[in-house]
Amino acid sequence: MITVLFFAQVRERLGCAQIEVPFNDEVTTAESLRQHLAQRDEKWQQVLIADKLLVAVDQTMCDWQTPLTDNSEVAFFPPVTGG
Amino acid sequence: MENTHILVQQADFNVADEYTQLNQDDSDGAIVTFVGKVRNRNEGNDVSQLTLEHYPGMTEKVLQELAQEARERWPLNHIRIIHRVGTMNLGEQIVFIGVTSQHRQAAFDGCEFLIDFLKTKAPFWKLETTDKGDKWVDARETDQHATSLWQ
Repeated sequence: MITVLFFAQVRERLGCAQIEVPFNDEVTTAESLRQHLAQRDEKWQQVLIADKLLVAVDQTMCDWQTPLTDNSEVAFFPPVTGG
Repeated sequence: MENTHILVQQADFNVADEYTQLNQDDSDGAIVTFVGKVRNRNEGNDVSQLTLEHYPGMTEKVLQELAQEARERWPLNHIRIIHRVGTMNLGEQIVFIGVTSQHRQAAFDGCEFLIDFLKTKAPFWKLETTDKGDKWVDARETDQHATSLWQ
């Protein structure tokens, strides 16, 4: 299983903080997981296919081609604004 | 590293106590601290409260990595980073960064590097309560620029 987390505006707009997605051939990279989730409906499409969306795999910010494995933790979030 | 202290917490912090923790070694000739606060206006709106969300686990990991990176660039001794989460009122403290070194330039640079990188790398998000309703704070180009200057 891949654990998928959402934060800030992304969490709020999806109305979802965490889901589990079975690991399979369709979700082998951060990008393919995003495309897979975006197929859910128009809202998920709008929120996940956004220019500024960032992704972290196993708690490290990374690019969209980063490979996933079973038990990966993937987080989608907007640009960070701490400090 | 034992001289690196990183805390992500709801509670406020006391700068005098943090200073005492930093002020421990006679080899240090410089202590530089930074405090970030909730200010009353942002992008033309009156702000009354700020709520900080974060990614538990990743936040602490990223701050540890940034502290390590600062140590690779400058001869730093103590590093203390405290970042609050949850809801804060106007004027409250949000973040503390304190570093010590033999000489002032390393301490100034290390402190500035840490706050610049924290702002663009650590997974925190600010939600403002304003006179026009709640609003997620947009990331600033100037913060990205400040980070890029160190690279």
